Amino acid sequence: MTDNVERAAGTPDEPMPFAELGMKQDEYDRVKEILGRRPTGSELAIYSVMWSEHCSYKSSKVHLKQFATKAPKSDALLVGMGENAGVVDIGDGWAATFKIESHNHPSYVEPHQGAATGVGGIVRDIMSMGARPIAVMDALRFGGADQNDTRRVLPGVVEGISSYGNCLGLPNIGGEVVFDPCYIGNPLVNALCVGLLRKDQIKLATAPGPGNKVVLFGASTGPDGIGGASVLASATFEDESQAKRPAVQVGDPFMEKLLIECCLELYAADVVVGIQDLGAAGVSCATTELAAKGTGGMSVDLNLVPLRDPSLRPEEILMSESQERMMAVVRPSDIPAFTAICEKWDVPATVIGEVTDTGRLVMTWDGEVIVDIPPGTAADDGPVYERPLREPAGQAALNADVPDRLDRPADLRATLLELLGSPNLASKEWVTSQYDRYVRSNTVLAQPADAGMLRVSEVMAGAEPTTRGIALATDGNGRYAKLDPYAGAQLALAEAYRNVAVTGARPLAVTNCLNFGSPEDPEVMWQFAEAVRGLADACRTLGVPVTGGNVSFYNQTGATAIHPTPVVGVLGVIDDVARRVPTGFTTEGLRVALLGETAAEFGGSEWAHVAHGHLGGLPPQADLEAERSLAAVLVSAAAEGLLEGSHDLSDGGLAVALAESCLARGVGASVSLTDDAFTGLFSESAARALVTVRPEAFDRFAKLCADHEVPCYGLGATGGASLVVEGVLEVTVAELRETHAGTLPALFG
Amino acid sequence: MARVIVDVMLKPEILDPQGQAIARALPRLGFSGVAAVRQGKRFEVELEGPADEAALEEVRKMAETLLANTVIEDYTVRVDQ
Repeated sequence: MTDNVERAAGTPDEPMPFAELGMKQDEYDRVKEILGRRPTGSELAIYSVMWSEHCSYKSSKVHLKQFATKAPKSDALLVGMGENAGVVDIGDGWAATFKIESHNHPSYVEPHQGAATGVGGIVRDIMSMGARPIAVMDALRFGGADQNDTRRVLPGVVEGISSYGNCLGLPNIGGEVVFDPCYIGNPLVNALCVGLLRKDQIKLATAPGPGNKVVLFGASTGPDGIGGASVLASATFEDESQAKRPAVQVGDPFMEKLLIECCLELYAADVVVGIQDLGAAGVSCATTELAAKGTGGMSVDLNLVPLRDPSLRPEEILMSESQERMMAVVRPSDIPAFTAICEKWDVPATVIGEVTDTGRLVMTWDGEVIVDIPPGTAADDGPVYERPLREPAGQAALNADVPDRLDRPADLRATLLELLGSPNLASKEWVTSQYDRYVRSNTVLAQPADAGMLRVSEVMAGAEPTTRGIALATDGNGRYAKLDPYAGAQLALAEAYRNVAVTGARPLAVTNCLNFGSPEDPEVMWQFAEAVRGLADACRTLGVPVTGGNVSFYNQTGATAIHPTPVVGVLGVIDDVARRVPTGFTTEGLRVALLGETAAEFGGSEWAHVAHGHLGGLPPQADLEAERSLAAVLVSAAAEGLLEGSHDLSDGGLAVALAESCLARGVGASVSLTDDAFTGLFSESAARALVTVRPEAFDRFAKLCADHEVPCYGLGATGGASLVVEGVLEVTVAELRETHAGTLPALFG
Repeated sequence: MARVIVDVMLKPEILDPQGQAIARALPRLGFSGVAAVRQGKRFEVELEGPADEAALEEVRKMAETLLANTVIEDYTVRVDQ
């Protein structure tokens, strides 16, 4: 029989399985206090998922609020944190919405489906803001490239992303693939989606207006990923998790494609008052969040939820994470129009309840009341933890182990080739060629460009043709963050910001995915707190607000956590995509210049990692004022048409940036360095970029740099079939290509 | 020579979009009375020797490691008569 409210009130001492659902004793006591009785099984299901780390951000909240309190003032921000995704004004009446989210644990359990449903979930977040999703990107981290489990996880993840994204017809325009043994057993799959909408057409997750109908539409509900939110995503991975394995969700991208088109037509017909996608915590999350942000009450008849498996119990319906479902709030008079549009797209839609002004979320099953709670207590008033912080015991020793003691190489040519062929710097073509990068025909730049760029070109009511484009990049360096999480997070932001600026786009806003170990470990929590503080401070200095994102904790096996890995996405806008700057050397006879200062900074560098397996010292200094000036020069120079090509300097330093620039179009270059060649070529100092300029435009460009106080060093010129560093090394572009392109195919077939 | 059949099906709780697509197509083609369809895979493994218990155990290992994705699929092994 079903546990109902009346029965719960009469049996206060009946033991409930709160611990099995991942809830602590004091949290359970708080539920009892809120309700004035013990919760029913269904209420416990709701509270356990809504108060899980994954949904409630209970360990991270106290830190994340800095993203709001330290946020720079921005005229561009239309919707900030707390909604399904942030929305940014990009001009001409257009707005862009974007967000990055993790699907780490599911992608370890079942790489293909885990990664695929990660794409599906973030795409629905973007849809629920009222936007048309226009592109995706993925920031991926795997264990060592030669480790066995990487051979299982990586091909599955890439296949899952490509199959889901390609079926949806969304271009995958960038991202990262990074290998490090610290991610073995805990791969990171961070999926980003960006969408476009008219800025007067933003939709919000809210359920106002008593009498309005609550409609569940999309796929039917099955036993997918039950307990996923509370158990799978919020508990440390141990061997016992084998038993949790069937809790994976399988997605259906063709249903999602129908949902996208259906939602856009519903928005255009103006028959949606509020909307929410169903992700982790499914119906529990959608009903409590919609009700909490609306008039405050909702009644739902759970028997009306369309089921794939008729044996599902109400608790399971509430916790199911079946994919491709949405929930809308619709005026009663609009129901016929709403239903007709859903029928047109073959999307099942069912009215399951209505908005009330009672302040209670009430659910019935077989005519009995099984849930009767104030929805805000589940959605917003979850537990908040000020978890203890402690600097890791080995941190001082790690920082003291500076890379000065490492042997400098005698043969810099060999070092360049060793780095260029190493898994982290080698060509990612093996991965990105599996993604459709140009579908929808609005892609201007995609991998291996520094940032992805898309034309703003959608058919929407009130839209005039525009020359505008948006650019997006994601970056993150776990080694830097391990050495110094505060600086590491700032460097992640700085690199993504720089990658957007080198294309000529103006950075506008930030999304982030914070991947860490267990928050119950004070040392991990210290890393987290430092990273958030660093990122919030850097956003303020660079003038780009955080619009939303996601925290992924418990990325650890036993006591060993991954490197702290804040992944930062930056969105920028360019007024005219025809003025974009391509990556690398485009043609012969151009002046090559290095912007920014180079110091001997090798802590956490790719060279120390590849040549010595060393991680120690401090990461490069994050000079945010210099980043800001550099970006200003790049954006102005692009708008004036001064730049023929550009490339940011990051992992592997100038040597790798030069080699990648040669590889872009097969154009060589001859450059000379004045100071120590090893430092000049392999240091990873931040706030630097490589640019090419026509000789006749160089004086004007140099003046622009001087005006912004950005150091500009002429290095040489493009041309020839080799990369030549005078008196240091010479490699043909063909050899560079062979080295760069061969690594991933050799590893993964 | 013996032939061993390995049938691989998605676990019952796992969504089967292909099976659903087939189920939706059947009425359009004039077939009625079908409540649901689930799609699976069948492998025919030809053995060089007899299908004794040791050989079957070997086939089960093959199913476990390669033929089935045991995270989301079940398999059965039987000798073809």
